[in-house]
Amino acid sequence: MNAPLHLWLIPLLPLAAFFLNGILGGRLPKWLVSAIGVLAPLASFALVVNAARGLIGVAPGPSLPYVETSPFAWINVGALHVDFSFVLDQLSMVMLLVVTGVGFLIHVYSVGYMHEDEGYARYFSFLNLFLFFMTTLVLAGNILLMFVGWEGVGLASYLLIGFWYRKPSAADAGKKAFIVNRIGDFGFLIGIFLLLGAFGTFTFSEIAARLAASPAWQGDILTVICLCLLTGAAGKSAQLPLYVWLPDAMEGPTPVSALIHAATMVTAGVYMIARTHFLFDRSPFALGTVAIVGAATAFFAATMGLVQNDIKRVLAYSTISQLGYMFLACGVAAYSAAIFHLMTHAFFKALLFLAAGSVIHAVGGEQDMRKMGGLWRAMPITFWTMTAAVLAISGIFPFAGFFSKDAILYAAFLQGSFGKTLWAVGFVTALLTAIYMFRLWYMTFFGAPRGEAHPHHATPASMLGPMVVLGLLSLCGGWIGIERFSNYLAPATGAHRVPSITGHLELYLSLAAIAIALEGWLIADKYYRRKPGRPAQLAAAMVGAYKLLFNKYYVDELYGAVFVRPLLAIAKYLLGWVVDTAIVGGAAWLLGGIATFSGAFLQGWQSGNLRSYAAWLAFGAAAALLFALLAGSPHAWGLTFFHAEPIYKLSHIAVAYFGQARR
Amino acid sequence: MSLHQDVPLAWYLLLSAALFSLGVTGFLIKRNLITVFMSIEVMLNGVNLSFVAFAHQWHAVKGQIFVFFVMMVAAAEAAVGLAIIIAVFRARATLAVDRIDLMKL
Repeated sequence: MNAPLHLWLIPLLPLAAFFLNGILGGRLPKWLVSAIGVLAPLASFALVVNAARGLIGVAPGPSLPYVETSPFAWINVGALHVDFSFVLDQLSMVMLLVVTGVGFLIHVYSVGYMHEDEGYARYFSFLNLFLFFMTTLVLAGNILLMFVGWEGVGLASYLLIGFWYRKPSAADAGKKAFIVNRIGDFGFLIGIFLLLGAFGTFTFSEIAARLAASPAWQGDILTVICLCLLTGAAGKSAQLPLYVWLPDAMEGPTPVSALIHAATMVTAGVYMIARTHFLFDRSPFALGTVAIVGAATAFFAATMGLVQNDIKRVLAYSTISQLGYMFLACGVAAYSAAIFHLMTHAFFKALLFLAAGSVIHAVGGEQDMRKMGGLWRAMPITFWTMTAAVLAISGIFPFAGFFSKDAILYAAFLQGSFGKTLWAVGFVTALLTAIYMFRLWYMTFFGAPRGEAHPHHATPASMLGPMVVLGLLSLCGGWIGIERFSNYLAPATGAHRVPSITGHLELYLSLAAIAIALEGWLIADKYYRRKPGRPAQLAAAMVGAYKLLFNKYYVDELYGAVFVRPLLAIAKYLLGWVVDTAIVGGAAWLLGGIATFSGAFLQGWQSGNLRSYAAWLAFGAAAALLFALLAGSPHAWGLTFFHAEPIYKLSHIAVAYFGQARR
Repeated sequence: MSLHQDVPLAWYLLLSAALFSLGVTGFLIKRNLITVFMSIEVMLNGVNLSFVAFAHQWHAVKGQIFVFFVMMVAAAEAAVGLAIIIAVFRARATLAVDRIDLMKL
């Protein structure tokens, strides 16, 4: 017996706030804009908590999955029925709690961060629009509705990356994000169509039931579908080879980077794979591809993060790297571990961005870490919350990141030799993660203040509050443990396939992970605190490697040379000159020319002389009569379209009479 | 009945055609607007004649009724047309159709 939960209100409240702030925002006082912008996510969060009440316990809720279908059918064509159906199960509930909870905190933070901005109302309306689409994506009960949310968050992301649209680099970054995502979405869309072709339905539960009914079905079309879906996921979640948009997305306001480009939207790809895990489970090849993509992304992004100097770019590469971990987990079918890491990552990565934003705010907009330093005394709360987040992302016990990363590495380790390779990559990445995170920590907060950057803005309470909450979550978020977490998720993501603990293997792996994280800390400590001159020496010693990393493996340049410039050339020369100017323009010119010339020719007849008109009229009438007389039956000429019967009769009478007269 | 026997249909038609041709010729060659207008009336009456002749020939009353319509329209046309002619004369002080030629580009 289900009481109605009114799931539709969860996305609709932010949508209402979007319209209110988007249309009226410019005329409303600032406090009202903030109230609308913050209360909508809070109300959504309250609804989610209400829905989760009693189901949040460790045991799976008795009434899940809870399905709510709108009374309005969306598409009803032939055999295809698509509804606006919302599904609340363990998976979407965890995701919703993260999205609306972290989302609400970041809205609160934004009140302080964006207070001076002239686009304040526009900012909040876009942020609420994002929440609308994100909750739609999460709640969607069929893949088509999920795609709507998927595209919508892409739109919100584009709008917010290019929020400061007067800055060309921000506008370009927005376009880059949108276009790169389009490539992934193209694959996603193909996957959706193939799914419809293979199953005849878009609804997740029906597809799962269809698959459960044919247990032997493996590979073939399922592999193709999964690879298409993976393309979409790689675009949205910034995986190789489509990750290039995320570092540039840092042009947006920092809370946007925290919410969209760290905590929620970029994890949509992971969520989508977990949501469609019944497909991936049937295709070992696709799963292996997911794992390889994830591991490679985790490693390469981490290496690029080592040498960045922009504080937000370091965090962007670390986000890509952590998303790689989640893909790795999905690839070894440890979906619950992926979602677990998604959750803890949302906490600590959002916090890292918010703390970075607090630092940037304090030093007057400076983002270059080389011009920071020695800030820890000036901003203790930011320092301590950031420390919690750094410890969490580095995987140091007992912070949240330790538990989730450990779960992923353990799950990978148990998958034979392929899994052990993945584990090794993940292990090395963990070392790199610790190095670049502590590098950031040292460069920002320790040493002597460098450059002219010095704190001159106190961070307001509206920014510190969310940071403290997220700091606590970064500390405690992992304590639930992967065992209980995956048991809870099991109805939605399939049973956790990790065999029961054999001996002390898991303990050893955990100790190794902590050791490697501490090792990373020590290396960062050595290079960035005790011997601050060493990094420059090292860079000078290995100038080739350093340049390669600093220029991000020249991937942007490679894409520019291979894809962007040829496409631009095709657009300019083939499409612009040949197709547009020559063919389309020529055709338009030809049509216009025909009309002009024939008009000039016919103009001569329009003399304005009444008698000439009359003469032509008489001539025409005479010609018609002559035609009718000589041609005989008009039907023989196929002239049935005009009613020539009277003329026809008249002609017969005339012929008969004159014929008679002649005789 | 006697008409039907004495005068064949063709004669009526020939008269009708002659009247119509007269009208057309007058319309084309005359310069005065009033004469042109009268030529139209001649054409209409030529047509009317063929209508009544056919109606009589085939005992179809439709043709006769049609003639009434034509006469009615001709009367209305005469009223409006003469009014226009007067207006044109007041404005242009001439009724020569060759000089009333503003209906062009």
